Amino acid sequence: MWRDPRIRAWLLQGLAVLLAGLFFWFVITNAADNLARLNVASGFGFLQHTAGFGIAQTLIDYSEASTYGRAFWVALLNTLLVAGLGIIFATILGFLIGIARLSSNWLVSKLAAGYIEIFRNIPLLLQILFWYVAVLSNLPAPRDSYSFASGGVLLNKRGLYLPEPVTAPGFEVVMAAVLTALVGVIVWRRWLGRKQDQTNGVISIYRAGLGILIALPVLAIAVAGTPVHFVAPELRGFNFVGGVRAIPELLALLFALSIYTAAFIAEIVRSGIQAVSWGQSEAAMALGLRRSVVLRLVIIPQALRVIIPPLTSQFLNLTKNSSLAAALAYPELASVFAGTVLNQTGQAIEVLSITMAVYLSLSLLTSLGMNFYNARIALVER
Amino acid sequence: MSFVREKYLAQTPPPVMTAGVLGWIRENLFSSPGGVLMTMLGLYVIWIFAPPLIQWSLIDAVWRGEGRGDCLVKGAGACWAFVNAKFGQFIYGRYTIDERWRVDLVFLIGVLTIAPLMIDGLTGKLPGRRFFIAFGLLAYPVISYVLLFGGNFGLTIVETPLWGGLLLTLVVAAGGMAASLPLGILLALGRRSHMPVIRTFSVIFIEVWRGVPLITVLFMASVMLPLFLPAGTNFDKLARVLIGVALFSSAYMAEVVRGGLQAIPRGQYEAASALGLGYWQATALIILPQALRLVIPGIVNTFIGLFKDTTLVLIVGLFDLLGVIQLNFTDANWATPQTAITGYVFAALIFWIFCFGMSRYSLAIENRLNEGTRRA
Repeated sequence: MWRDPRIRAWLLQGLAVLLAGLFFWFVITNAADNLARLNVASGFGFLQHTAGFGIAQTLIDYSEASTYGRAFWVALLNTLLVAGLGIIFATILGFLIGIARLSSNWLVSKLAAGYIEIFRNIPLLLQILFWYVAVLSNLPAPRDSYSFASGGVLLNKRGLYLPEPVTAPGFEVVMAAVLTALVGVIVWRRWLGRKQDQTNGVISIYRAGLGILIALPVLAIAVAGTPVHFVAPELRGFNFVGGVRAIPELLALLFALSIYTAAFIAEIVRSGIQAVSWGQSEAAMALGLRRSVVLRLVIIPQALRVIIPPLTSQFLNLTKNSSLAAALAYPELASVFAGTVLNQTGQAIEVLSITMAVYLSLSLLTSLGMNFYNARIALVER
Repeated sequence: MSFVREKYLAQTPPPVMTAGVLGWIRENLFSSPGGVLMTMLGLYVIWIFAPPLIQWSLIDAVWRGEGRGDCLVKGAGACWAFVNAKFGQFIYGRYTIDERWRVDLVFLIGVLTIAPLMIDGLTGKLPGRRFFIAFGLLAYPVISYVLLFGGNFGLTIVETPLWGGLLLTLVVAAGGMAASLPLGILLALGRRSHMPVIRTFSVIFIEVWRGVPLITVLFMASVMLPLFLPAGTNFDKLARVLIGVALFSSAYMAEVVRGGLQAIPRGQYEAASALGLGYWQATALIILPQALRLVIPGIVNTFIGLFKDTTLVLIVGLFDLLGVIQLNFTDANWATPQTAITGYVFAALIFWIFCFGMSRYSLAIENRLNEGTRRA
């Protein structure tokens, strides 16, 4: 009987379940014991209690009288804000560096290699702290801020002040025009694509489409007036009036996250483009396609197939790495919720479970989307 | 009379502009108007960054000094005197000064064990390689523990809260590496197992750890773990953090190893079965040696990531290299505008040397292992 692999497999699995059960029983009874002994409340009721602490950056209404539940949403939004902005900047920078790494120009290629090797081999936390402590806190006081774009953008110890967009009455009209142009061009393009498949004739709508995209909004602006006014920040007394302020913590985090992740993205881009075999571009050029067309229709689609999966996992890493903000008190999930809220309520299990569940669902959602995308672009062999 | 030339003409040298240094420069730097522009841009970038950096770190730097006064000179650059004065702390943390020789001894044994293995990785000619590996994996951790913690053989006890600096960084990194590789291999095998329960457990374990940031794992290790143990159990903070780091990186390691396992063709498994090898024999003797060799770059990348991640322990109140350096910024005797920048640059340099070294070493190994399969 012991030699039958099936029976052995069942026994082994039974044992595994038993051990896991024992482990969880051990952990749960201990936790219950300890919580009872320490007199810590349990359950998620604390989410309704008043938080009583302020948060430096809030995207939605929040005050000290708000609940812990509200603080959670504020923190989550802050996490998403820094992750979203970081992803945008890191992608742009990463693609630039990755392409520079492949440049035939020796100097440019070596500079890109230097960037990659320097920044991906220094711990991210160190980079965050460097920007925060060593660079941003050495900026001048508000009175002597660095000023860019003729006073529209100000940089000082308190952060970065940007002009604040204020919508004017014509805003809706112009937005509607932009949307109409966009949807119109996409629909037209699809229709032409289908027609092209049937007739084999190539019809380019590049110029006409671009024309529509520019002309319609311009027309709308001419009719309805400028849709958005920018209000520049202005120093009155000790405070700034107008403008949007990015706190130094956000800046340091954004800088470090983008610079660090860009180094990894650059390597992904480089290897993705190199993965498209040389024969592909030779064949395309032999067909008489122009270089730009070869790039757009042959190389980039194939390179993207290689680039996208590791790229999304970098995006995910960036999102998870934004939790390092706990070291400099940027009010995101790890520092507000797993930090302040945990310390105030003492409900470690609940608070940490919520925090981990958020990150976990973000990453599961991403991999779900990833699998979907992968299935769509996977090589279809005919 | 003959129309055939009997002597060769003397060869003319190649045109200056296509060969030699000039040719190379023209080819690689000034091949087209765009190329010229890019080169100019590159030179501009170097011109912006390099001179101030050299000025700050070397020319204007203060190398020697007793205190902040020396670094407060007008126009002073990097305050290396600060690093110089605190160097002992950066390496050992608050480890008892009279006992620091024990740390040195641990470092020395470590280097003497790892260096031959590293050279072996490149040349493959080490007699008694197994002895070195067994010593490094089994005996060395015990020896290090006995030496560092003390309490036996007449050594005084040095509590772990006193450990710090590079010592702590290396302890966390080495502990994490040593634990994550075997654990990761087991998890990877579990994930590819035919037994549904084992597979599900492995998948859940791997995905959960990979889905959360390390910082929440560390919070968990420092705040939540004590709650899970019977009341009154006193569990060392460093040990808790080590467990957290090891479990976290074993999940990443498992995915790397799984990649290697998936690359092994089915025929290898079938051949092993045909030879009458059981599961463990086939895995240990046929599959793993090939699979691990395939994923050496991935394993080293995970190690590099782990090494960089050790800095996170400062958030839960352990003082690793970065933590100790930051702690010393508060020393009033060294409070100058340059202290923080100098400290961070020093830390960055140390971490960079380790990580860059590891990545280059893995490249070299990879090249050596590929030699047999590479076609000319």
